[in-house]
Amino acid sequence: MSHKKIKTISDPKIKLEVLTKEEIIKIHEATLNIIENVGIRFPSKRALEIWEAVGADVNHDKKIVKVKPYLIEDALKQCPPKYVLAARDPQQDLPLDGNHVCLGTDGCGVEVIDINTGEKRTTELQDVRDISRVADATEEVAFHWVPVSAQDTPAEARGLHELKAVWENSTKHVQTESIYNVEEAKASMEMLEILAGGKDKLRERPMLSLMQCTAPPLGHDGGSLDAALIAAEYGVPTGFMTMSSCLTTGPATMAGTLAVGNAEVVAATALLQLAYPGAPVFYAAALTATDPRSGAYTGGGPEDFLFGAAVNALSDFYNIPLSMGSFATGAKEPNWQAGLEGGLSTFMASVVMSDMLLGCGFLHGSRIWSYAEMMMDCEIFSIIHKMMQGIVVDEETLAMDSIASVGPGGHFLAQKHTRNHTRDLFMPQFLDRRPYTLWEDKKDDARDWATAKAKKILKEHQPDPLDEKISKEFERIIKSVEKK
Amino acid sequence: MSEDIEKLYKDMAQSIIDGDSDISVELAQKAIAINMPPLDAITKGFVVGVNYIGDQFGLGEAFLPELVMAGEAMKAAVATLEPELLKLGEARETMGRVVLATVEGDIHEIGKTLVGTMLSASGFEVTDLGVDQPAEKIIGKALEINASIIGLSALLTTTMVRQRELIEELDKENLRPRIKVMVGGAPITRDWATKIKADGTSEDAVGAVKLAKELVGKA
Repeated sequence: MSHKKIKTISDPKIKLEVLTKEEIIKIHEATLNIIENVGIRFPSKRALEIWEAVGADVNHDKKIVKVKPYLIEDALKQCPPKYVLAARDPQQDLPLDGNHVCLGTDGCGVEVIDINTGEKRTTELQDVRDISRVADATEEVAFHWVPVSAQDTPAEARGLHELKAVWENSTKHVQTESIYNVEEAKASMEMLEILAGGKDKLRERPMLSLMQCTAPPLGHDGGSLDAALIAAEYGVPTGFMTMSSCLTTGPATMAGTLAVGNAEVVAATALLQLAYPGAPVFYAAALTATDPRSGAYTGGGPEDFLFGAAVNALSDFYNIPLSMGSFATGAKEPNWQAGLEGGLSTFMASVVMSDMLLGCGFLHGSRIWSYAEMMMDCEIFSIIHKMMQGIVVDEETLAMDSIASVGPGGHFLAQKHTRNHTRDLFMPQFLDRRPYTLWEDKKDDARDWATAKAKKILKEHQPDPLDEKISKEFERIIKSVEKK
Repeated sequence: MSEDIEKLYKDMAQSIIDGDSDISVELAQKAIAINMPPLDAITKGFVVGVNYIGDQFGLGEAFLPELVMAGEAMKAAVATLEPELLKLGEARETMGRVVLATVEGDIHEIGKTLVGTMLSASGFEVTDLGVDQPAEKIIGKALEINASIIGLSALLTTTMVRQRELIEELDKENLRPRIKVMVGGAPITRDWATKIKADGTSEDAVGAVKLAKELVGKA
């Protein structure tokens, strides 16, 4: 079936060096210096105990930990450099091996442009289901984040409702950013165990990964740390995402912000390795610059694009996979700004082979979901996918016979070589190349076609269903977490 | 009808779909050799292939090179059958005759060539005079073959004025509306076409076919 196919970027022909080896080492040394002398805040009893046990300098009042560089560096050496993000359908497993760039949906929004009314409204559980189903049908989306918040479900079990909704509507891997306390983390592991068919199988093929946000600058959230430790215990891939932002949660300078963000991620990653050596971990980042006039955090802009490439240089240095924020935009509609910011950020993150891209679908600083934006982001990813293949130069592609047979004047359209290679060219879905008059008659554009495509998928696409027994078990687990 | 004949028609259509002129000519010769009526070979064989590719193109499943190659294979097959048609005093029914040319002083022609191919593939009989053609030569050819449409291409703002001159010439000779004029080329707009009193314009070859069909009343 065509929708089972996933489009990932691999074997790139284009390369970019955004940081030199010396610059990477300088940032790494600054990072170690921060962790050793400034310290990182770990507001979790369990985390502080782990640090204390390995001989780190722990201040229990301030919950600040200072760690010698060798402890950090030794711990990081335990990180597995490669592993697989498993999917409900094994054909859709994603290799995190440094040679695949996989696109995910973005998360976690609070409003959606309703696909039927075109009006903006608060998100609900049904939106999680619908978006997951559309993502399941597209070949560009390789895995899910929980795209929007199920605000009509009880807060204490919301992350679980969302997980269930995604699993019931797609066979692709799920990476949740919405499980950040002990209860939900334990419950999600229980759900995963049922889905995988046992604890060992869960470890072999983790169909879930967890992403935790850091609390910049130089801190973490207690619930996130505890949830991450639970996931690591189960062998579920876990990553810490820094969203350190020039001017506010980082220095105005990009290098300084990189060092701050890196210190947050590196320290927490080391913690997981100290607790569970060899646990699959990933680096996650959505670094950007705060708007100097308003203090707004929306993502996008040239600093964002540069960070997109720079963070992969760091995660490569530590030899762990990267989940990189891309497609972030402050645009309020799918427009010039959204296309510009989505295109450049995703190109920069892809050209350096970030393993995971987050992600398609959002407007206004990852707050408002738009199906049109999602579909157009997918096309941007496809364009970059095509660009990354570069230009193949060999006997066949130089086409000398064809050139000789056409000669000066004439055209190449009637050449067999031309016909054989026509499909090498990119076939856009949403780029407007029509005659002006055709446009003039309709005045429609990519947004209309993208919305129509999403509508068609919602009407027609039926994902492979989840076993009803598993759904029932999920329900039971969720009920047990909900307050009576 | 025997299975052999059925198969021959199918092969004819397939040769067009494959855009293979060698095979389409071979099959046309075979049709002559077995005394198949040449019109049958065209309408029941080759045209089926042209229509198929045209439909696939409309659906976005086939692309320009396939269309052009199908057009070339069709042209080659028809050229092979033409002497037989003449012998029988029969004529292939066409959508109409079109003379195409790039105006005097202008040597750009890829767009015009595409239009020619698409028109041929759609059943028009196309005479493409090529580039840098003076008005009197274009009009002379149109009269000679009794064309219903003249298609005029120009890529430069400095040469597109020749389109107006040709239309004025036709008007002077009272040759319109007998001969319709389509204009095209990168600088040509709807406004320009209206201003010079052309019968229509299109920015691409697909639109040009639609326009030509309208102009001959077969849309």
